[in-house]
Amino acid sequence: MFGSLLQDEQFRLKVGLAEMLKGGVIMDVVNAQQAQIAERSGACAVMALVKVPSDIRKDGGVARMSPISVIREIMNTVSIPVMAKCRIGHFIEARVLEALGVDYIDESEVLTPADEENHVDKRDFKVPFVCGARNLGEALRRIGEGAAMIRTKGEAGSGNVVEAVRHMRTIQREMKALTMLRSDELMVAAKTHQAPFELIEWVSKHGKLPVPNFSAGGVATPADAALVMALGAETVFVGSGIFKSDEPEKFARAIVKATTYWKDAEKVLEASEELPDGMKGLDVSKIPLDELMATRGW
Amino acid sequence: MSDSTSSPRKPVVGVLALQGDYEAHARAIEHAGGLSREINRADQLAEIDGLVIPGGESSTMLKLIDYENLFEPLKTFGQSKPVFGTCAGAILIARDVINPSQASFDLMDIGVERNAYGRQRDSHIVALQAEGLGELEAVFIRAPIIRRVGSEVKVLASHRGDAVLVTQGLHMAATFHPELTADSRVHRMFVERLNR
Repeated sequence: MFGSLLQDEQFRLKVGLAEMLKGGVIMDVVNAQQAQIAERSGACAVMALVKVPSDIRKDGGVARMSPISVIREIMNTVSIPVMAKCRIGHFIEARVLEALGVDYIDESEVLTPADEENHVDKRDFKVPFVCGARNLGEALRRIGEGAAMIRTKGEAGSGNVVEAVRHMRTIQREMKALTMLRSDELMVAAKTHQAPFELIEWVSKHGKLPVPNFSAGGVATPADAALVMALGAETVFVGSGIFKSDEPEKFARAIVKATTYWKDAEKVLEASEELPDGMKGLDVSKIPLDELMATRGW
Repeated sequence: MSDSTSSPRKPVVGVLALQGDYEAHARAIEHAGGLSREINRADQLAEIDGLVIPGGESSTMLKLIDYENLFEPLKTFGQSKPVFGTCAGAILIARDVINPSQASFDLMDIGVERNAYGRQRDSHIVALQAEGLGELEAVFIRAPIIRRVGSEVKVLASHRGDAVLVTQGLHMAATFHPELTADSRVHRMFVERLNR
């Protein structure tokens, strides 16, 4: 029963940490030096990964979990929570990260998937997981597997917010639609969304996900960050934008400010003014289909 | 004109809304009989009777407090009005902070060590006995430990020998997260202080 998953003590602690990250910015970092800059600029957590998504996109090859020595050095350098990515379905990378003591694992489509069918069964891990989703069904399948935080996938490393917007709007719209259904219509909704019935029922009743819903993939300016917050994101993940910009610290501070004050256009204006230029973006429709990261996982 | 027939005015409780679980606190305040307001600008402090500093990352909140020049206004507010800090909020309200050392408002005579139980895998939920409240469920998430308690500080609950719920004068601090449970008794205790 999912009622018992959501009530489970471990699960509540996992969701509890996600609650503490709300309203903040989680920044991708590839080494301890970047982690230090992220912390100094007001990141509420850092995400360790082997290369930022735009470099993964450029360099090709297989992208895996970061070297352990790098993650350990990051953990020893900053006092904010440290997250690290594992490949989709790679439950051994996940066990290694758990043994290392990272605070959150991102089972991420940004790395090369290790399993094209199955995701990690995240329920019997002590460490919490975040997973990407493009729509409500995908989000609920991941929560059914034990994810304690969902982030919309967007299109990582593109510098283009269009996919993040599409995914956030889709999830919000699909949740709202569920709240209008009668209880005898929920089983067919579960069939349509290919999602666990009990979670469909939960969303129908509450109108939101049972875990925090963050946004990722393509946020490149302070206004982008404020936009995804206004569309229902509770926190923003920023990847390639920061450390691909000329002045990472300034860029990071501006994104943090716009995320905190997204309701206040004057503050978003101030943040935008502090920042000369966002990263050069890619037109998502021009990225070859087999190079899209958002379509990895299901 | 507002209708002021029978019920007394509800206290207005601000929640510092820079980063963290401020929405959970707003819900708990409403359950406890207060009116909640999100606070992230100095001019809003004039509208509230008391302030909650939520859980989240204390160092992140400090950066935002610094960028937005909120340190002095918040400290001044706390010198005359009640402030309740949970987890990160307890760190910000303390006199001194270690692991690492960082600035704080010095509103309560306590010394706090950040992330003192360890990392997320050391987060835990326990049942505690609190003076005046009875049994409480306490959720500790990457929690700090109050290592030093000044002579003016009253300890209402302890866990593994360390104070986890304390008061001093107008102020309260908890190293756990009462806002993450459905039980609003700790918030009610704070809201009732504002009625005095």
